[in-house]
Amino acid sequence: MAVDVLAEILTNRALSRDYNVLGFAAPEIARLARPGQFVMVRPTSGNDPLLRRPFSIFEILRDDRRQPIGVSILNKNVGVGTSRLYAARPGDRLSILGPLGRSWLDVFADAPGHESWFVAGGVGLAPFLTLAEHTAADKRPMRLFYGGRSQSDLYYASLFEDLGASLHLTTEDGTAGEKGRVTLPLERELKARGGRPVTLYACGPTPMMRAVAALGASLHAPTVVSLEPVMGCGMGGCYSCVVKVSGADQHPHFVRSCLEGPVFDAKRVQWEALAH
Amino acid sequence: MARDLSVQIGSLTLKNPIIAASGCFGYGLEYAGSLDVSALGGVASKGLFLKEREGHPPPRIVETPSGMLNAIGLQGIGVHRYVAEKLPELRRLGVTNIVNICGTTLDEYCEVARVLSDHEGVAALELNISCPNIKEGGIQFGCSLTGTYDVVSAVRKVTTLPIIPKLTPNVTDVASFARASEEGGADAVSLVNTFLAMAIDVETRTPKLSNMLGGLSGPAIRPIAVRMVYECHQAVKLPIIGMGGIQSATDVIEFLIAGASAVQVGTANFVDPFIWTKLTDGLADYMDRHGIGRVSEITGSLRKNT
Repeated sequence: MAVDVLAEILTNRALSRDYNVLGFAAPEIARLARPGQFVMVRPTSGNDPLLRRPFSIFEILRDDRRQPIGVSILNKNVGVGTSRLYAARPGDRLSILGPLGRSWLDVFADAPGHESWFVAGGVGLAPFLTLAEHTAADKRPMRLFYGGRSQSDLYYASLFEDLGASLHLTTEDGTAGEKGRVTLPLERELKARGGRPVTLYACGPTPMMRAVAALGASLHAPTVVSLEPVMGCGMGGCYSCVVKVSGADQHPHFVRSCLEGPVFDAKRVQWEALAH
Repeated sequence: MARDLSVQIGSLTLKNPIIAASGCFGYGLEYAGSLDVSALGGVASKGLFLKEREGHPPPRIVETPSGMLNAIGLQGIGVHRYVAEKLPELRRLGVTNIVNICGTTLDEYCEVARVLSDHEGVAALELNISCPNIKEGGIQFGCSLTGTYDVVSAVRKVTTLPIIPKLTPNVTDVASFARASEEGGADAVSLVNTFLAMAIDVETRTPKLSNMLGGLSGPAIRPIAVRMVYECHQAVKLPIIGMGGIQSATDVIEFLIAGASAVQVGTANFVDPFIWTKLTDGLADYMDRHGIGRVSEITGSLRKNT
């Protein structure tokens, strides 16, 4: 079930020239949302751009009594829609439709004793905070492997630390954390984990998720990825957001990411068929 | 005052004139968890061939000014899975199903029509002879007058369901195709399908769609679609289901005045899946303001400039 809310923008926190966090007053969506689900945000009430944009739900916003009052999204200013969202002002109202898609938790049943390791690249951090809150509530161990090009690409790692996650930060230019790609510490830690069972959750650029999926497969860690294909409607109407996956009969076929995803068992994903 | 939103399309009665357009609303069930799909005038299903189809690789859509291009490639589950997996639930929900059927041959159109005619819960058949995005079938019938006549008259022989050919705008004179449909025994025509179009990434000099070409829809095409509905209304007696870029009740009424008896809404549903009641409320308000009791009084009511 999805609802459309003409939501007041509560906050717009600019993190840099590229990134901002928009908070929406949308208690109906906040109450229904599960970790890893997404919303479709209409950047304008006019026709430029025409279509909504998909965003992972980043935070569930709560009032003083911990009641859900809204959701936030992590936006990267890359085009006409996202630039409008970057410039949106508190008090403005935008249509936000959700919650949509499946939750991280729908892919694998919570395996008892498994550690949850989150692997995020840049803006791919967005779907992990709700999962981290869920994992913390279960009192299960978790880690965040978080990579970006530079220090200015990494935000909010402390929120995860506050929830009890251990952090492994990387930057390609070495300005924060370990220098190199996020798969570097991931591979090392996977190999060093001994017999402890680990489930990997990944979101970020497609090459990163593909590399994480390969590590998960070779080092025996079940892996869930949150894919971000171009999406038209978010409701299953347009068939534009398809991802090629292997089915129960292992015959690869296109499925709608908005309905069957955006989270998938990485073993099912036909990576070479993904558009970039 | 007494105001009635129902419309008559041949032998088919719709509770209101607003239909979800084919290819834009899945099979209808996708939306059933969030809204009352039976409240729509009808749901034109995603196009069905005899067998399942995989469709084109992504990217399948791209936005353009006030519109979008799509080249989905008619991904679909095929008619047999539709009647087994979708139709029973659609019937239970009371949805008015206008099933969009496709074929690569005349025989395939007829076979799909026969299968659907054998099942309860199908209100009408919309013949897809206008998809611009597949190589064989469909538009090869829709771009030829004899092809249009042949497919309509062939399907006419195998079903008593109302048949509604969906016409392409990618022809010189769309009204002649409405006439060919009328002569072939159609109960109505629907128009327009999308306009064949192209978008290029200038940095990479590559097409933005995997299929290279796609169909343009959305508000960008609306004035052309209104003109084509008007032309067809002048040319045939058949009821016309108009579509192309409808976003508001005002747009609905514009199509009705041009000659449509009902309309379909596609791209706007992507933007606002809860648009349906806004459109029917706006239409009802217009009827009240103008003292109109029945929607059919609006159809073809264009006045001359004075």
